[in-house]
Amino acid sequence: MRTCVPPLVSSSPGTSARPPDAGHTVGATWTEAPCPVLVVDRHGGLVDVNGAARILLPGAVSGDWLHEHVPSWLCDAHRRITDGPRPADAAPLSGPIRERHFEAHPTAAGDGGVVWWLVDDTDRRLAEAALTDAQTRTEILSHVSSTLLSTLNVPRCMEVTASMAAEHLADAAVLVGPAKGWRQSLTYAVRGGPVSQVVQMVDVSGVPGLTEALQGFPPVPARWINPDDIPDWVTPDGFAGPVGSVIVAPLPGHGVPAGALILLRSSTEQSFSEGEEVFARLFAARAGAALSAARLYSEQATVTATLMRELLPPALTSVHGVEYAGGYRAAKDHERVGGDFYDVHPGSDPSQDTLVVLGDVAGKGLDAAVLTGKIRNTLHALLPLTDDHQRVLDLLNGALLSSRHARFVTLVLASVRRRGSRAQLRLTSAGHLPPLIVRADGTVEDVPSHGTLVGALPAVTAHTVRTVLGPGETCLLYTDGITEARGGPLGDEFFGEQRLRRALAECAGLPAEAVVERVQMLAAQWLGAGRHDDMAAVAISVPRSGPLTVLNGRAGVSNRRST
Amino acid sequence: MRHPTAAAELADRLWQAVAGGDEYAAVDLLRKAAVDGADEEALLLEVIAPVQRKAGDEWAAGRITVAQEHATTAINERVVATLAHRAAAPGRHPARRGRVTVGCVDGEWHAFPARLVAEVLRLRGWQVDYLGARMPTAHLVAHLHLTNPDAVLLSASVATRLPTAHAAVTACQAIGVPVLAGGRAFGTDGRHARALGADRWAADARGAAAVLEAGLARPGPAAIRQVADDLPHLADQEYTMVVQSRAMLVKQTLVDLETRFPAMRGYDDAQREHAAQDIAHIVDFLATALYVDDPEVFTAFLTWTARILEARHVPARSVALGLDILAEQLREFPRALVLLREGRTAVVDRPTRPTRPVPGPHLPV
Repeated sequence: MRTCVPPLVSSSPGTSARPPDAGHTVGATWTEAPCPVLVVDRHGGLVDVNGAARILLPGAVSGDWLHEHVPSWLCDAHRRITDGPRPADAAPLSGPIRERHFEAHPTAAGDGGVVWWLVDDTDRRLAEAALTDAQTRTEILSHVSSTLLSTLNVPRCMEVTASMAAEHLADAAVLVGPAKGWRQSLTYAVRGGPVSQVVQMVDVSGVPGLTEALQGFPPVPARWINPDDIPDWVTPDGFAGPVGSVIVAPLPGHGVPAGALILLRSSTEQSFSEGEEVFARLFAARAGAALSAARLYSEQATVTATLMRELLPPALTSVHGVEYAGGYRAAKDHERVGGDFYDVHPGSDPSQDTLVVLGDVAGKGLDAAVLTGKIRNTLHALLPLTDDHQRVLDLLNGALLSSRHARFVTLVLASVRRRGSRAQLRLTSAGHLPPLIVRADGTVEDVPSHGTLVGALPAVTAHTVRTVLGPGETCLLYTDGITEARGGPLGDEFFGEQRLRRALAECAGLPAEAVVERVQMLAAQWLGAGRHDDMAAVAISVPRSGPLTVLNGRAGVSNRRST
Repeated sequence: MRHPTAAAELADRLWQAVAGGDEYAAVDLLRKAAVDGADEEALLLEVIAPVQRKAGDEWAAGRITVAQEHATTAINERVVATLAHRAAAPGRHPARRGRVTVGCVDGEWHAFPARLVAEVLRLRGWQVDYLGARMPTAHLVAHLHLTNPDAVLLSASVATRLPTAHAAVTACQAIGVPVLAGGRAFGTDGRHARALGADRWAADARGAAAVLEAGLARPGPAAIRQVADDLPHLADQEYTMVVQSRAMLVKQTLVDLETRFPAMRGYDDAQREHAAQDIAHIVDFLATALYVDDPEVFTAFLTWTARILEARHVPARSVALGLDILAEQLREFPRALVLLREGRTAVVDRPTRPTRPVPGPHLPV
């Protein structure tokens, strides 16, 4: 743009080099310059104007006063220049003239006069403003996206959306979530204020366009509504002044309506420009996508949690004077279930046996976990028959053989009954590792029970062993994930039965929970960060001394208060 | 506890019960104190916590076995559960503040400090989700997505958990949940918590409550960062290399020790394995010190180990020798060499007076 200043004329502003008379030296060139040129004497009188200047300032003729035709910013500049030389570092002069914007470049004329070259920079300024706007909006959108993407929590997503909408789009924002029954979740945000969330019954049809926006289909554009039409519940607490303008923007979800955003501006603020409407739509699209992803995630997580509840290992407590404790670690640390399982089915009264089951389904992961659920249910149904472990195993074998699963299972059954200060155990291992017993003096014994696995062959053979636990003694049922934990200081050794026995030898007299925790911890530390199979252990202990625990082992229950 | 002496006396009696494995007496003691109007928070922090600490000290001094320490913890957990059960009775301490998640870093087995913090916060009116020991980061993040707490309190006691803690801290912040770190692993002044970019650190349960009560800002998207952004020294890869070659380092050190330390030749299999585990722990702590770039992590562990070994009649000289052998294998790792040199000095010039124990992995010696 500056190039429109003719190079013949010294363009350094305020030079005091003796300027020749404008008319003579420049000749006709300046009069034909494409930018408006005004020659003004030192008193502010127009000496001459060129053609472009006449178009800009119709009626301006030689002899008029400058201030009769141009705004004060140029008159003031002229006065300053004629009063003395302009400092070299002075900012370029610019200002509006008749709805356009000009940069004014002065060059000296004779007799202290000034030639004003006016360069129209209106379009550049508009382009620059548009660019800055676009950059700011991109920045905001990118900030919005990363903030929204970082959470999969629906209320948090709504909070972030409303707060950012109030920050960047309007003075206040109300996010109306999809209906929950008759009620609506509402998130209110006022710029600079806190966000509040309520769930309440409101009449959405009271806001024009909101019902359609909430349905999500057919797609509706963001629309203006008359501020007088909005019901009271739309205006957030703490919103200053009357509502000036309102937009209702749908939040497009992924096939499910994600809600709608109501943007409010107070009357003192200007209403939404076209660019802002486009921006609001882009914002709504991102918020809608994030919200529906969060909603989808939480629905899936809820479904998973519900299905998983039945498959998770149960919390164990003391039953009829015998302590039970269990520990479980799935093969993959991000999963919570796998192919190992255990259960304790309390006897209906202290004279009845309590049945403990611990088993290992071939395979791991969710598929195996589903089968453990079926086996656990089947065994639950077979409880009345547990006087005879062999019979239970036969029936389970039949059930597994006739099911469509091709998997088999190894398990241990333990029937436990307290008699005086001791507990009587009947133990049957079906293809599983034999349980270990820690005596009060630290001796560790094998339980010589053995049998074939279940669900593979037409018949199961198993051998039941009877034994007695004294005070302070523990029987440990465990799966091979523990003994086959690979690691150790040298990196590639099995944890093995010998180490397990050594660990157990130190556990004489300990509460069941402490035994399980000790075993789990040693195996986990042996593993380090290595890969492993499912690991499960159940300890059956007779308390060492004193009366029975009145607490009923509550620690085991409240220990894991997760979702 | 109106009088500190009353708390100390109660703690003594609790220790007697716990050390004797008498869960019933222990539970009864605290329940009576609570019924008599003792402040529950003081019972947790001034009676139960010191007893738990004492169990660790007694084990370090070789006066109780590690299994007994487990038993102590189990009984203390039940004692806390009794108090918690009492406090959770209808009408008492309704949750009127925000919601927080309390849990231990993955691989951290010392859950008791986190448990105490969880109970203290509940008493003070917070809704607490207590996730317990060794929480896989993936589970923690899933939990945070579902519950959207005001903050997550991450506990770590053993310094070797710090790299895992770092991953957990960044993961929580990336989903917009501020992290309050606590536990001995983060240093007595919380310096490791700061180095790993935790939003805040608290020295104890009351400190944690104070931080929460003052409020924690949610980390913005700027908090999403790479590990190397917090710890630029990791660019030298020394940490990674030491972790990857852990088994090799241990094997070689074991072999060399046998040649140079004659007493080891008479070791049976179990003793050899203990020695191997000790070396593995040294390598683990060396790696951690490389990770946080702080020699204190390493020297504190070594002086503590030397003391434990001596309590169990193993000469600490073997530790210095082990460090020399490691240094020979890590010739090309300048940061590791500095650490090994400082570690050696710390072991050799170790003061004879007992220092405060640093909880380490349970050396099964």
